Amino acid sequence: MPTYHLNVNGSKKKVETEADTPMLYVLRDYLELNGPKFGCGIAQCGSCNILINGRATNSCLLPISSIGNAEITTLEGLLAHKGKLHAVQQAFINEQAAQCGYCLNGMVMTAVGLLNANSNPDEMEIRIAMQGNLCRCGTHARIIRAIKSAVKNL
Amino acid sequence: MKVIPLRSRRKFLKDLGYISVGFTLLGACSGEKDPIISARVDYDGKLPGSMGRAKTVNAWLQILEDGSLRILSGKVELGQGIRTAIQQVAAEELDMDLEKVQVHLAETGVTPNEGYTGASASIQNSAMSVRYAAAAARQELLTLASKQLNTGVDDLLLYNGIVKSIRNKKSLTFGEILEGVQIETEVILPVPIKDYREHRYVGKAIPRRDITDMVRGKANYIQDLRFPGMVHARIVRPMGYTSQLISLDETGLKAEVSGIIKTVIKGSFVGVITEKEHQAVKGEQFLRNHSNWTAPLPFPKSENLYAHIKLIASSPETVKNEGDVARVFEGAETFKATYTKPYIKHASMGPACGIAMFDGEILHVWSHSQGIYPMREALANMLSMDADNIHITAVPGAGCFGHSTADDAAADAALLALEQPNTPVRVQWSRQDEHLWDPYGPAMITELEASLDENNKINSWKTEVWTDSHSTRPNKDAGTVLAARYLENPYEMKSRGYLGGGHRNADPYYSIPNITVNAHYYDGPFRTSSLRSLGSFANIFALESFMDTLAEKAGQNSLEFRINHLEDERAIAVIQKVQALTSSQNTEDGEGIGFAFMRYKNTDAYIAVAAKVSVDKTNGKIGLTRMWAAVDVGEVINMDGLTNQVEGGIIQAASWTLKEQVTFNTTEITSTDWMKYPILKFSEVPEVEVAIINRPTQDAKGAGEVPVPPTAAAIANAIYKACGKRVYDLPITPEKILNA
Repeated sequence: MPTYHLNVNGSKKKVETEADTPMLYVLRDYLELNGPKFGCGIAQCGSCNILINGRATNSCLLPISSIGNAEITTLEGLLAHKGKLHAVQQAFINEQAAQCGYCLNGMVMTAVGLLNANSNPDEMEIRIAMQGNLCRCGTHARIIRAIKSAVKNL
Repeated sequence: MKVIPLRSRRKFLKDLGYISVGFTLLGACSGEKDPIISARVDYDGKLPGSMGRAKTVNAWLQILEDGSLRILSGKVELGQGIRTAIQQVAAEELDMDLEKVQVHLAETGVTPNEGYTGASASIQNSAMSVRYAAAAARQELLTLASKQLNTGVDDLLLYNGIVKSIRNKKSLTFGEILEGVQIETEVILPVPIKDYREHRYVGKAIPRRDITDMVRGKANYIQDLRFPGMVHARIVRPMGYTSQLISLDETGLKAEVSGIIKTVIKGSFVGVITEKEHQAVKGEQFLRNHSNWTAPLPFPKSENLYAHIKLIASSPETVKNEGDVARVFEGAETFKATYTKPYIKHASMGPACGIAMFDGEILHVWSHSQGIYPMREALANMLSMDADNIHITAVPGAGCFGHSTADDAAADAALLALEQPNTPVRVQWSRQDEHLWDPYGPAMITELEASLDENNKINSWKTEVWTDSHSTRPNKDAGTVLAARYLENPYEMKSRGYLGGGHRNADPYYSIPNITVNAHYYDGPFRTSSLRSLGSFANIFALESFMDTLAEKAGQNSLEFRINHLEDERAIAVIQKVQALTSSQNTEDGEGIGFAFMRYKNTDAYIAVAAKVSVDKTNGKIGLTRMWAAVDVGEVINMDGLTNQVEGGIIQAASWTLKEQVTFNTTEITSTDWMKYPILKFSEVPEVEVAIINRPTQDAKGAGEVPVPPTAAAIANAIYKACGKRVYDLPITPEKILNA
C-alpha cells in the first residue's frame, strides 16, 4: 500500500493507505480527528468540509493521492496557539449556533474559507457561500448571525 | 449474569479518602460570605410518569466522592439540549454551581428506564423527576446533617456540596454526611422545591457546554467513538423492502478490496466487516454489484397515492363525537376541504451508526437510539439472548426528530459482533441507506367540513383523517428492528404500532358545540414511524388553513375569528402576541402575512405562528422572508434552549412545507440523496423571531415538536393572502400555486 506524507494542521503526518481513500476517512479513521463528519459521502451536504490551502472543500470524495503538499486544516487545526479559538469558532459559541451540531464542522470550515477570501461579506454573500452546507435542525439563522459577528472580531 | 457496576458502597468509602483534602480547602474558604437561603414552596402535584419505575432519589442522582453530583437520566441528547436543562434543575434545587453537576444519559442497568426520548416529553418527565429527586435529596441531607451537627435544620445552609451551621460555622460535605451511602429514600410528596422567584439557573438562557466541545472537534457523537481493535462494517441492504437474496458471489472481493475480515450472510441480511472504514464502503459496493435479489413487490403509482390510501384504509374509528354534527349539517350550507401531506423523511444529517462488542457473555452496544431499554427487548428477541446480557449505552447522535434508523444500525452491529467476538464492530450506514430505509412520517389525508351559525360562529365540525401508524418504535417485537426482518427465519413486524398519533390535533381546540373526528387507518406501502409532531403536522395544516377559509366566509379577520372561538386565555395570549409582533409589517403587492394557532395535543404548549411571503404571480415562485412565533410552554427551563428549538422547528417545518416529499415509482423509492430529496438551503431560509411567554407557575411542557404543525398553515395562509391561491396538497410548490 502506498505511503503519503501529509501536511495536516501544521504538522507532517505519514499515512499508509489505498490511493483512492478519500481524505475524510484518512482524517477520521487514520489520524483520529473528529472535526470532519461523514454526512453523505457524495459531496452534497458539506459536513465533511476541510480547508485545503485555506479554501473550504468537501473531503468525502477527495482521494489522498490528489493532495500532495497541500496545507490541510481541519476544525481542530483552527485553534491557535494555546488553544485560543478562531473568531468563527468563538462566534458559534457566543450565538449558541448549534442544535445537534453534526453539521457544525462544515459550517465553521466553510465560514472560515469565506472569510479567508472575503474579510467583510454581507448577508447575501454569507448565504451564497453557505449554500452547499445543509442543516436539518434549522439552525441557519443563528449560523448567519454567528458569521456576521465573527466578521467584526476577525 | 454480569451486573453493570454501579457505584458500590465500598467504592464510595474508598473514594471518601479524597474528601479530607476537599474539606481543608473548604476550611480555607470559610471567610466567604454565606449565601442566603432561598425560599421553598411545597410541591404537592403529580410526580412525573418516569418516577413510577424509579421512585428513589438515588435512581436519579448520586453524590460523588468529590462532592459533585451525577444525574442519571434515561433520555438521550440529540441536539435538543436536554443535558443542560437537567443540569439546571438539579443545580437549582441543590444550590450548586452548574459545573459540579454532570449528567449521565441513558445506559441500561445504570439509568432509569424512561422509555423513549420523544413526544417532547423529556422536560416533563426526566427534568421534572430530577427536580423532585434533587429537592428530596436536599431534605434528606439537611435532616442527616442536623443530627450530625447537633443543630436544627433551621440553622443549616446547604450549598455547593456542603451543609453548614450558621450558628457555629461547622460544616460537613455531602460525602461526610452520607458516609458512603447514596440516598435511597423514595421521593414523597409534598416535596419542598425552590420558589421560582429565587431561581438562579432555571428560566435563564444558560449556554450549552457541549457546543464548546463541538467547535473544538472533541469527540461528541457515536460516530466519534473509537475503541482499540475496532473494525468497520457496512450492510448490503436488499433491493427493496420485500426483496430476498438469491445469490451472492464473493469471488474477487479480497483481490479487489483490501482489509476484508469477513462477509456475514444470514438469510437476506448481508454485512461486510473490514479493518478500515473506507474498505467497508468499497466492500459493500462490490457485494452489491455481485449479488442477485428477488424483485420487491410493486408500489402504487405515485400519482394515485391518496386514492390508494383511501382504497386500502380500514373502516373508520370514531375518535370524538360531541353533539350532533349530522343534524346541524342537514339543510345548512357546509364548507368542505381536503388536505394532503406526502411521506416525509427524518433526513438526519448523520446517517445511523451502531457499535457492538460481544465479550463471550455480554453483548455491549453503543447506540444513538431514542429508547435503549425498549431496543434491548427487540435485540434480545432477535438474538434469542437474555436481555440482562445486553448492555446498551446511549451516545449522542445527529438530530433525528423521531424514530429513525439508530436502532436498526445497532441491530446490524449486534448481529455482526456476535460473528466476530471480542471485537468492537462499528456499522456506519450510507446516505442512500438512510434515505431509503428510514421509517418515514406517513402520508396523510385530512378532510374537513364545517358550518357557521347566524352569528358567524362555527356550530358544527367534522374531521376525517386517513393515516398509517406514527410509531413502529422498537419493543419486544423483534420485527421492529430492520435486520430481524431479513434473517434466515425472519421476524415480521407484528404490531402496527401506535395509531393514536395519526389523529393528534385533528380535534379543533376551538369552542364548537358539535364535533366529530373519525380516523381511518391504512397499512401503507412504506415503512413509517414517528416524525416530529406525528399527525399534528398534517392535521394542523388542514385545520388552520380551513380556519382562514371559514374566517373569510364569515367576513372576519382571521385572528379575530380564532379568538372568537377560544375561551382559554393562554391561547388568546399567544395569538395576540404574534399579532403584536407583526403589527408594524407592511405588505406590498404580491406579499402576504398568514397566521396559524395550535395547542399541542390540545393539552400541552400553546403557539401562534406568522409567516410573510412574496409570490411571483408569473411563475408561482415563493419567497418566504420572515416568520414569527409566540410560544407558551408554561414554565421555561432554558430560555435560549427553548428559543433555539422553536426557531429550528419553524425552519425545518418550512422545509417540509415548501420542498419535501418522498418520491417513488412502482418499483423503487427514488429520493435516494439530497439532490433527489432537497431540503431548505441558506438562500431560502427566512428570518425567524420568537417571543416566549414564560409562566413559571404552570407545568413545564416540552417544546421540540410544538413549532412544527402551525408553520405549514401559516405559510399556506400567507400565500393565499399574497396571491389569492390556496394550495391543499403539500409540499406547496410554484407549479401548484400556478395550477390552483
